Amino acid sequence: MTAQHSQSATSIASVITRMADELRTRFAQDHPGTGLEDALMIGIHTGGVWVAERLHAQLGLQQSLGRLDISFYRDDFSRIGMNPQVKPSQLPTTVDDSHIILVDDILHTGRTIRAALNEIFDYGRPASVTLVVLGERSGRELPIQADIVGQHLSLSEHEHAKLTGPEPLQLEVVEAP
Amino acid sequence: MRGQNLQLDEQGRLKHLLTIEGLKRQQIVDILDIAESFISVGDQQVRKVPLLRGKTVVNLFFEASTRTLTTFELAAKRLSADVLKININTSATVKGESLLDMLHNLEAMQCDMFVVRHSDSGAAHLISQHVAPHVSVINAGDGRHAHPTQALLDMFTIRRRKGEFAPLTVAIVGDIMHSRVARSQIHALTTLGVNEVRVVAPKTLIPAQVESLGVHVYHDMKAGLRDADVIIMLRLQKERMRGAMLPSEQEYFQSYGLTRDKLAMARPDAIVMHPGPINRGVEIDSEIADGPQSVILEQVSNGIAVRMAVMSMVLGRPPAENAPAEAPAKGSAQGEAS
Repeated sequence: MTAQHSQSATSIASVITRMADELRTRFAQDHPGTGLEDALMIGIHTGGVWVAERLHAQLGLQQSLGRLDISFYRDDFSRIGMNPQVKPSQLPTTVDDSHIILVDDILHTGRTIRAALNEIFDYGRPASVTLVVLGERSGRELPIQADIVGQHLSLSEHEHAKLTGPEPLQLEVVEAP
Repeated sequence: MRGQNLQLDEQGRLKHLLTIEGLKRQQIVDILDIAESFISVGDQQVRKVPLLRGKTVVNLFFEASTRTLTTFELAAKRLSADVLKININTSATVKGESLLDMLHNLEAMQCDMFVVRHSDSGAAHLISQHVAPHVSVINAGDGRHAHPTQALLDMFTIRRRKGEFAPLTVAIVGDIMHSRVARSQIHALTTLGVNEVRVVAPKTLIPAQVESLGVHVYHDMKAGLRDADVIIMLRLQKERMRGAMLPSEQEYFQSYGLTRDKLAMARPDAIVMHPGPINRGVEIDSEIADGPQSVILEQVSNGIAVRMAVMSMVLGRPPAENAPAEAPAKGSAQGEAS
């Protein structure tokens, strides 16, 4: 896998700041009477958590950040087996009636988000889920779209977007093996 | 047959779990790491994950064991598998059908895993040699040979309580001779590199040349427990008494029962373990079994997570021939578009 080009940490920081502003506006429109600071933000391991950590700090959310590892909910488990690097998900014991802000790095096929939603619903029934992604690209295989998108990436089907971090946070486009 | 490596596939991944012997340190650590992540499943409102949905697990228990059977069944159900329990006493084997014929019939019903408990050493190995290629076998205890998942859940409990294995002194006390649990524990502890493994028992309950497994032998319990970090008590089977290997339960308790004064020889933060079921007043005093240093009930809870880890690892193997090259699972070293 070779890096084609990468986006700098400074530029990613400005994208995340813009995403935080959009999220404030969007949340106020969609959930009048509910304060964004009470929302439950959940990052998907690993890149989604890095992005969520920055958003969480910028927005000053009250509840601690949730972390989700969707390894147990992947639909390709029988083909790829167990990943020994699975990190336990850390969510409140109940997510019932919470407004959830689900954060991932890159939205591609939509299968990760499908798995994440399934896992969240095994913890309870949230009031709403807002999907926030740092980047989105073509190649959707499921009818899933994000509410807040940091940037749209034009990639060929042979290219992958890969976020490295946590410090510095850099977005690389690499050629798929 | 590939000898000790019968339980590994061509790529060195776990296909069956038959014994701790032959497993590399990293393979044991991987099992413990995956078990750690399954602990959080118990915190969910829905205590299930969909990993083994559509798979069928058969519990073949030729020997009674409520605790092991229940935790295996619960582990399989938490992984969303369908679980069958074959009641051996009323099954066709007592009507003259051979064990292997029964297995092949079960396979014909599209079963994916056999969890086998048997009083004969080597039963799980035998079964693993005759199952279809897609079927995995987990040894849930065979004769005096091995009880690998019990040893793994013990290692998991030790790691959660003590962190690192390297500095630890572990004393295993009781009937070492007849204990498959002790044998598997010794292999696991030495593979994980603990500082010292001690076995503490009367001469009649210590197998010959046990030192070759890398353990130190003690016949005096107080000396054996001195400065120990972990004390593992073993169940004393009553029939050993009848076999005149020991004078009496009372005398055994006096010499090898874990009481407050003997426990005082160990480190103040030592933990006390027991694979169960406990003979109170024979191998352990109730005051200690229910006391603050006892982690016996934690062992039971941890057994579910460890068995979930093993089951998901053996059934999560990609098909050997046509495994596609896939991107690493999300949650590994880097974020990946998905």
